[in-house]
Formats: sequence, structure tokens, C-alpha cells
Amino acid sequence: MDNLLRFRDDEPHEEPAVTLDAFLEQSDATAVRLEAGEDARLLIPHFGRLALVEVSFPRFRDGRGYSSARILREAGYTGELRAEGDVLVDQLLFMRRCGFDSFAPAQPLDLDVVKASLERYPNVYQTAADRSVPVWNLRHG
Amino acid sequence: MKLLTGNDLKSGAVTWWTGQDWSLHVEDAVDVGEHGEPILAREEALRRVNTPAIIDAVATPDGPRPAHIKHRIRALGPTVRPDLTLKPADPDAGGWVI
Amino acid sequence: MYKYDRFDQEIVDARVDEFRDQTRRRIAGELSEDQFKPLRLKNGLYLQLHAYMLRVAVPYGMMSGRQLRMLGHIARTYSRDYGHFTTRQNMQFHWIKLEQAPDILAELATVEMHAIQTSGESIRNISSDHFAGAAADEIADPRPWAELIRQWTTFHPEFSYFPRKFKIALTASDNDRVAALSHDIALKLVPGPDGEIGFCVHVGGGMGRTPFIAKLVRPYLPPQHLLSYIAAIMRVWNRYGRRDNIHKARIKILVHDLGAEEFTRQVEEEWQLMLPTEPPFPQAELDRIAVQFAPPPFETGLADTIDPAAAADPAFARWLTHNVHAHRQPGYAIVTVSLKPPGGIPGDITADQLELLADLAERYAFDELRSTHAQNVVLPHVRKADLHALWQALDAAGLATANVDLVSDIIVCPGLDYCSLANARSIPVAQKIADRFADYDRQKDLGELKIKISGCINACGHHHVGHIGILGVDRKGTENYQLLLGGSGAEDAALAKITGPGFDEDGVVDAVERTIERYRQLRTEGERFLDTYRRVGFEPFKEAIYG
Repeated sequence: MDNLLRFRDDEPHEEPAVTLDAFLEQSDATAVRLEAGEDARLLIPHFGRLALVEVSFPRFRDGRGYSSARILREAGYTGELRAEGDVLVDQLLFMRRCGFDSFAPAQPLDLDVVKASLERYPNVYQTAADRSVPVWNLRHG
Repeated sequence: MKLLTGNDLKSGAVTWWTGQDWSLHVEDAVDVGEHGEPILAREEALRRVNTPAIIDAVATPDGPRPAHIKHRIRALGPTVRPDLTLKPADPDAGGWVI
Repeated sequence: MYKYDRFDQEIVDARVDEFRDQTRRRIAGELSEDQFKPLRLKNGLYLQLHAYMLRVAVPYGMMSGRQLRMLGHIARTYSRDYGHFTTRQNMQFHWIKLEQAPDILAELATVEMHAIQTSGESIRNISSDHFAGAAADEIADPRPWAELIRQWTTFHPEFSYFPRKFKIALTASDNDRVAALSHDIALKLVPGPDGEIGFCVHVGGGMGRTPFIAKLVRPYLPPQHLLSYIAAIMRVWNRYGRRDNIHKARIKILVHDLGAEEFTRQVEEEWQLMLPTEPPFPQAELDRIAVQFAPPPFETGLADTIDPAAAADPAFARWLTHNVHAHRQPGYAIVTVSLKPPGGIPGDITADQLELLADLAERYAFDELRSTHAQNVVLPHVRKADLHALWQALDAAGLATANVDLVSDIIVCPGLDYCSLANARSIPVAQKIADRFADYDRQKDLGELKIKISGCINACGHHHVGHIGILGVDRKGTENYQLLLGGSGAEDAALAKITGPGFDEDGVVDAVERTIERYRQLRTEGERFLDTYRRVGFEPFKEAIYG
């Protein structure tokens, strides 16, 4: 957890994340770890008790976690959404846009490069899970 | 014989291991024999040559001749543009590839 | 044509800055090649056999004279005085140095061009009809939609780490000029039940080692739902496409494995779930884009004829026959500039030729050019009165070969002369076939005959959809060529069938000739090779080839 990078104001969640199967069986679990191939929609009925979803990135090229994040945010999840594993600086902006607000990279990230990467693009073309206003809306008010 | 080859990180050019350094010319390549792996590992760690690989070749009076046509084309250049190969003055250089 | 505004320009400029930083980190050793490779590929920078290669995006094949001049400048400054048009309407430059790639991107950005997502496992350049806005047979202009999709797919946060590459084609005519059904998504503008123009959606086409013709997923999609529906298709694939085997990762495999019906059901279900949160594009934005594709200021009242004195020149007359197509505006014509001269390399164009075409487009074609998937260039709006002068200028530069859609207008990938994936050379085979059929009368007699050649199973040379296809393979370290017959990349899309054992380079040229001679024996009056093949079947040709 030394490498944990958070973009939230609340305190980090203390309870360890359990597997999806365990989470669905244990009615008191509040943190879950979602593997790349698992269906994020199974969590939707449980948002009330869910404080942390940790989405696994086994390899940075495996993009399934981006859809998991979008699905959770579209469904109204507001708790911590953490990308864990092979999380590299050059993917961070897309992850932020998909709704991740915390990162547990396997290797530490250079914070200066992180800052530059997240601030580099002044505009985006799409509506996503972040607050960026797409240029289509900027163009037309 | 075995040759160690790759592409230079900055230029992308095909390079051949000469025993001390890398050369653009396959004629300079040395037989790395059974000792290629540690050199490859060391050079890969230095991150200045991309996709280093050990390939088979045959020793000839004119120098090493890679066993596979792909590496012969790598060593020469595009056969359809003799002017852009490493032997632009030799219009028949493409014949070496076959 | 579409002009960047401040926002578009800022995004492309930021990309240059980002890639400069990534390149710096790679050269400094902070990034491994394994980490850098996907980053450079998302900017179209490949490492090929002899050097890096940069693929520049030509969105839906449209270019201005200023942009072509910049491509010429890049060819001269950073490559070796030439560029190469690809089979997806892009332009690629060999001999690029990694250190200079950021500078090239910076130069491209000054003319509103980039290399974003021209490679890698991302949403690639949108291809579209090279006759768009000029063709008499289109029901609407596809380009505003293509530009809308271009923007929406640029740096899409959810869909930038796909299982594999993803290609979209957009057509607006019953004549498919972009091999649409060989794409991951094929969108065709069609009228809906109430007359409004929307989209017919096919999914899961592709070439490669497992070729498929795209399957119908939705006969009519109302236009306002275009992006959400594409998003649903992409999300289903992103979640459930195979990632364990690179050769089975394309959406075509998912569509095939699930079946078109089940795939469609999943897409429709996902779409319904996404609709509430995936906002439609603003109509005002589509309108803003569409204005920029308004027809150029055509002159009216022009004579719709060509000067008979000029047309008496047989060479000009040939070019008129094969390289000039009907325009929707009386008095105008569409000109295809063939990049398939005898002895040339299909799709290659020199810096001088790029600059000349820029001049000619500005002078004769309202400053518009198009690249075609057949690796030629189109001047879409030429006054018929200017055709002779234009032809003379092209002829002087070796750009007036009269062979569009004939046997020597061959689609071919770079093959083993350049490409690190190739198993065999493909360009020399194309050159030998073109040489064998060099006689104009022989070519004209054969009529439309599309030969497509790939140097490996990845099929960049579209061999699966050639009337005659050739696939280069590696047989125990020597080049070997398989022959395929009966494919089509047009509206009558079909996959070609392998004839049998392969040939060496000269052998496959002989086999092509035997195939064509058998066609001449079997054809009826005016029948194309493909139609004869479909009528008589495979066996008579197999017999001619193998005896």
C-alpha cells in the first residue's frame, strides 16, 4: 500500500477487500476486489454497504477494468474505486476519466510525471465518469 | 554460426553484434556460439537495442550469411529499392537475398 | 473539408507534447520497450525491418493541398523522399528515427494532421468512401458522421485498451468502395421507416488468419443513437472478447463464437443499460461539422462534354475510360490518380509527386484530395474542361497510368521488403504480374479484375477479398505463394478460396496467367472475371492451374 495514490478527501478504507464470491456471500463485507473478467454489475444491489471496489489490472494492456469502472459509476456507485496491479502512469488519465479515484500500482509512480500526465490535455471529446466537459458542450454552450 | 542482432533504439536501424559493439553491417558480425544469451540479456538490460535476438547463419568467404531470408533482407535493405539498400551501387545486390 | 477549431488543435498539440515526453523517457531508459511499444503504436510508430515506420492518419481519406505538401516535406526531411498509401487510406513513412518522431508529429499538427490511433489495440482511423461528396450514387454525405466518430473515438477513455485493434468503415452508397464488410463495424447510411437517414450496422468483419464478412446486427439505427450503439458494441467486446490469444481477440471471433443473434442480443441489452448515461451528440455539433462539408462552389451551366479534339489522343482517351468517373454535378468529373505505374511500387509516391498533386488539387479540384483503400489518390471535383490539362500535368510526372480496377491496379502490402511480420515479399510479385499483363489492350480486354496480395496471414493486402488473391507464406525458409480465387471487397462481399498447393514467385505469376486465360475461354460477352467464377465455380480454374 506504500504506492497508494488517492484522489479522495475521505480516509482510506481499512477493511481488506474480499473476492467477489466472498463479498456476495458475506453480508457484512464492505470492500471487494474485482478481477478483470468479473461482472461489475453483480455489485449494483450492494452499493449501500460498499465502501471500496478494487479493480485488478493483471497487465496494463488488459482494458476490461475500464468498463468495470464505467459500469459502476454509471450505476451510481460513489465509494472509492481503486485500480490495482499493473497500473502505469500513461494509463492514469483514462482511468481517472472512467471513474477511478484511487490507485495501487505494483511499481511506484513518479509523482511529477503523474501530475503532468493528468494535466496535459486541456480538452476531451467524450462525456465520461469524470467532471470534464466535452468540447461538444463547450462549443455549443 | 550464431549471430546476435537487433534494431538500434534511436534510429531503428538493423544492428549486428561485433564482439564489442553493434555494427550496421552483417559482415562485422561475430559468431556468438553458445554464449549469446548472456550478451543478449546484458544488452537488453541496457535498453539501447530493441528486440535483440540470436539467429542462425552460415559462414561464407564474404562474411556471415543469415540462414533465414528475413534476416538477409534485414541485412541488405528492401530488395525492391536497391538504391535504399546498404549496397546502392550494386543493382544485383538483391540476388544475395535469394 | 473539416477545419480544426481551438479545441481540436489543443488536443493534437497536447498529444505531440505527450509523445515527446514518452519518447524522452524511453530514450532515457525509464520505460522498457515492452512498456513503450503500446504507447508508440498508439501514435502509429512501428518498428519495421530496417527502421521505424510512422503511419499518419488520413481521416476518412480526406486531404488538402496544404496537407499533401506537408506529407511531401516529411518524406523529404525525415524519410527517403517517398511515402506509401496504405490499404486503409492512411500514409506511412519508412526510415523514421525515433528521436525525430515527436518533431514529425509537431510538423503534422501545424496542418491539422496526426498519427493518433493509427496502430495498436485502439479504435483506428475511420475509413469512408473516397468519392464522398462527389459520387452520383450516395444517399447522403458520410463525412460529417465520419468526423463525428473521429472526434468521439479519439482518446476514448474506456476503449483505448481493447483486446485488439478496431476498425470502422462508413458508406453511403449501394456501391461499397471501402471494403466495408471487412471491418469490425460497417456503418451504411440508409433511410429508415419514416424516411429519416440512419445507419445499417454490420459487425464482425475482418481479414487476418480467420477472415469473416461482417454480420448484420441492426438493419436500421436512428441517427441520434449512433454513438451509444457503437459504445454498446465496443463494451460487449471489451468485456467479453478473448484476451488469452492474440489471434482470437478481434471482435469477429466473439461474433462468430456467440453467433450473430446472441451477440446482437447482448449488444441490445447493453445499449438499453447505457442509454440513460450515454448522452447523444448535440445536433448543433453535427450541424457545425456538416457545414464544413458543404459542396464547393461549383460553376453551373458548364458543358458536360470533353473536348473531342483532345479526346482523339488515344492515351488521354484510355485515361478517360479507366480513371475518370461520373460526378453528380454536370460539367464535373471525379479523377483517380493511379499509383500503380509499370515497374512501380503500388501505393508509393515521391515527395515531388506529393507536391505536384497538392498544386493540381489547388488548381483544378477545389483543393481536395482523397486517398483510396486501393492505394490510389482521387481528385474529386474536376471540371471536364480541365481534364486534358490535368492529364498532361499528371502524365509528365508519371501519374497518368490508365489502369484503375484493371489487372495491374493491384493492392499490395509492403511485405517482407519492409515489414517485420511478413513471411514473403509481396511487391515483387505485384510487379511481375503487372509486367506480364503490361499490354494495354490485354488489360482492357480483361476488364475489372482485382488482384490483392499479402505477404503474410495478417492480410493487409486484402488477399481474402481479391477476385484473385495471393498470400505469401514461409515454407521452410523460402518464399511460397498461395493462390486464392473468387473474393470480393465490394458490396457483393465474398471470401476467396485457396486453390491448392502454393508456388514460388514465378510459379504464382504463371498460375495467375493460367487462371486468367481460363476465364477468357469461359466468359460470356461482357462478363467480369468474378461473375464467370461465380457462374462456373472453382473446378474449371483449379484444373487450369494444376492441370
